[in-house]
Amino acid sequence: MKQEIVFNLNGEAVRVEVEPEWTLLHFLREVYGLTGTKEGCGYGECGACTVIIDGKAINSCLYPVLEVAGKSVTTIEGLASKDGELHPLQKAFVEQGAVQCGFCIPGMIMSAKALLDEKEQPSEDDIKDSIAGNLCRCTGYVKIIDAIKTVAGGR
Amino acid sequence: MDGLQIIGKRIPKRDAPQKVTGSAVYIQDLKIPGMLYGKILYSKYPHARILKLDTSKAEKLPGVRAVVTATDIPATFRIGVMKDNPPLKTGKVLSTRDEIVAIAATTPEIAEEALSLIDVEYEELPGIFDPLEAMKEGAPLIHEEMKSNVLKMPWKLVCGDVEAAKKESAFIVEDTFSTPWVTHCCLGTSGCIAQFDTNNNLTMYSNTQIPSLAQNDYIDALAAFGLKNKRVRIVQSVIGGGFGSKLDTYAYEYIAILLARKTRKPVKIIFSREEEFFATSPRQCTITKISHGCDKEGKLTFREIDMILDNGAYTSWGATTPSVMMMPISSLYKVPNIKYVAKCVYTNNTYSQAMRGYGNPQATFAIESSLDQLAEKAGIDPYELRLKNANEPGEITPQHFKITSCGMKECIDEVVKRLNWKEKKGKGGNRGVGMASLIHVGGGARVYKSDGCGTIIKMDDFGKVDVFTGSTDIGQGSETIIAQIVAEVLGISIDDVNVVNNDTDVCPWDVGAHASRTTFVAGNSALGAAKKIKAQILEVAAKLLEEDPASLDIKNGVVFSTKNNEKNTPLGKALRKLHYTAGGKMLMAEYFYDPANENFDKEFKGNLSVSYAYGAHGVEVEVDKETGQVKILNYIAAHDVGKAINPLLLEGQIYGGGLQGIGYALGEKMIYEKGRLMNGNFLDYKMPTAKDVPPVQAVIIESDEQDGPFGAKGIGEPGLVPTAPAIANAIYDAVGVRIKDLPITPEKILKALKEKEGSTK
Repeated sequence: MKQEIVFNLNGEAVRVEVEPEWTLLHFLREVYGLTGTKEGCGYGECGACTVIIDGKAINSCLYPVLEVAGKSVTTIEGLASKDGELHPLQKAFVEQGAVQCGFCIPGMIMSAKALLDEKEQPSEDDIKDSIAGNLCRCTGYVKIIDAIKTVAGGR
Repeated sequence: MDGLQIIGKRIPKRDAPQKVTGSAVYIQDLKIPGMLYGKILYSKYPHARILKLDTSKAEKLPGVRAVVTATDIPATFRIGVMKDNPPLKTGKVLSTRDEIVAIAATTPEIAEEALSLIDVEYEELPGIFDPLEAMKEGAPLIHEEMKSNVLKMPWKLVCGDVEAAKKESAFIVEDTFSTPWVTHCCLGTSGCIAQFDTNNNLTMYSNTQIPSLAQNDYIDALAAFGLKNKRVRIVQSVIGGGFGSKLDTYAYEYIAILLARKTRKPVKIIFSREEEFFATSPRQCTITKISHGCDKEGKLTFREIDMILDNGAYTSWGATTPSVMMMPISSLYKVPNIKYVAKCVYTNNTYSQAMRGYGNPQATFAIESSLDQLAEKAGIDPYELRLKNANEPGEITPQHFKITSCGMKECIDEVVKRLNWKEKKGKGGNRGVGMASLIHVGGGARVYKSDGCGTIIKMDDFGKVDVFTGSTDIGQGSETIIAQIVAEVLGISIDDVNVVNNDTDVCPWDVGAHASRTTFVAGNSALGAAKKIKAQILEVAAKLLEEDPASLDIKNGVVFSTKNNEKNTPLGKALRKLHYTAGGKMLMAEYFYDPANENFDKEFKGNLSVSYAYGAHGVEVEVDKETGQVKILNYIAAHDVGKAINPLLLEGQIYGGGLQGIGYALGEKMIYEKGRLMNGNFLDYKMPTAKDVPPVQAVIIESDEQDGPFGAKGIGEPGLVPTAPAIANAIYDAVGVRIKDLPITPEKILKALKEKEGSTK
């Protein structure tokens, strides 16, 4: 039985009908067409589906869509400005060579954003902790950590 | 190399903006109108007879559009390297990844539900899960129609006279090493969409690493399914990780084709993470008996290796990894006498595939661990032993490899210097240093009859170029490297180069993204095409400027006379003139590059690659004797890359390879119990996370390879090849125990420490 919910998605109010058994990830990818958020495992272990809900990095594959009612959700599609200017984290990931196959990157950037929104000057351990739940097989994480450091260091 | 504008620069990967914004389209993201979803039912048992199969309930479920079983394909149709694998099984199942039934339905959920309605009755049979058991006389045959469980693929390399060398050696060591199955862990799981047009031509949306070879496989399959002389088009979506996993075509792809044919609708199959773990093909596990000898001065005299590989129930490329293992076995350091014998043995386990390094990590683990044992026995510092026997330019190895550029000694020296080796070696305090070197193909690898790659370049009206390459980008950045090469040759901005690399309808032929060959082979191909079109451009401009083409060049998109700079024309203007003149023409060039390397002969000898990549890794560890935990304090990865076309991307290959190597050394293992994968998820399979990243330095040594594009050699695989033995050697230096069975877990270290204490008491 579908239910209507209202929440904020990437800065805009949305009113949608959802099935109670849907996860937020299912809604984003399969219903709303926001495929930037990836599914790497479907059970909360790889972090590819990370989005930010009310300031916290969350695995959207485990998050019931009904729970977002009244909340604010940011996905990777909500990071760049309206005119296409990349978010500083996105820019840093590109410039530092932090992207290879790229499948983990949207989730990785969302985890890093949640950290940087919370802490002005995170330590290297803070950075590693923040992305410890985001698996990457290509990069060895080195340049990902560098990219996050660059953004933190530049402010 | 002076005056290079774009080569050697740290240019970001060109598709990175799409990937960081979530707009890159992976196979998971692709939907085609009317598309159905396919799901596969796998065997419940590793070895069983199927007594009854009833799909009638599944067929009646609303939303189910097709059910396929072995009866839907010709009984003789087989896939894989040895053609021993029917895409859908009947009669007997031989492993837990055996596909029995597949469903196409309007939603993935309905397809999943339909699977649960399929009734299969099995008679469970005793299985064989140990290759040594499977080799015993009288062991039940995995494939009943074959005479033996030992694969008919005898690997044997003999160079010189090992027995004579043994007699003349001052020191000899012998030991046995083993490595486990590990899996690629691509973050994007396997998948495809098969779609037929009204004429039964197939379009396959795919994330394959081998578009041209996959095209060939599918054409063969269509012919077997009664669709002769049909066209196959492969469109590659953005690929969510490769590492060798997509170097073969698999049952699920043929199943998607069957379902699409039966339903006349596009059918998508995407693996769940669970399937990605148990139903894709891992790196082959090995048991390696190795013996090494040297003379009094530490010169290596011989190397002898006997290896058993668990082939699993079917055969993919994993069975051919001994061919590449021959490379380090015969040619890592100067060793005059070599003997190597390998057997692949059928069991009821999973079957293996290519995975970054293609056998080299397994062989190098045994070789480099054994070398440290030999150094100790001979009383020589392991670093000196390595340096004394290091490969050199101009050498021809016992397997007939012609060594051109070779920066091996420089790599070893960098490791020694940066690790502060001489101060730290053998100092105790639970800290230790270790090193290991590598050789890998760096100039293509002639494993097929061709090692070629084609490139087509066309110019548009504005001086911009489209480059159509056969090569595949699996995240390593080949599209950026190719754009750099073309832009450099043509004297234009890299932003004016568009690389098209994902559609067999327009892209030329290539044997695939394997063997660290793309920068070298596809790069040389792009270089050839760029030079050709540059000559055409200069000819056109010469007429326009009334100059000799030989005195013209291009810079910043302007053709100019090197004698008189004022005589010039923007590239676009010259091209427009061509298009808008009566009897005009268009500029286009093609180039096929196939390196002058050799297939192995019947004795497995020949110059496999036109150049070889070298490297050395060094590591300092601290071992906690109470817990067995290993902490990496410092990691140096020095690589001879010929020339770094793009250091930014190159470092990414080294860091990424290095951490995969650390996972292989210290944590990763697919735990199979009686043919069943026990840890097929990211919680129980210990792939490294950001918290496992040690302090690491990537050191780039440039040896300027004569045959490489701008001097470059391959670097895709080397990054993980010497990691595990370097770490094992460091652990031995730290606490005096040698772990010979990967991964080196705290439990194994504690057990070895306990045994060591017991033996010294």
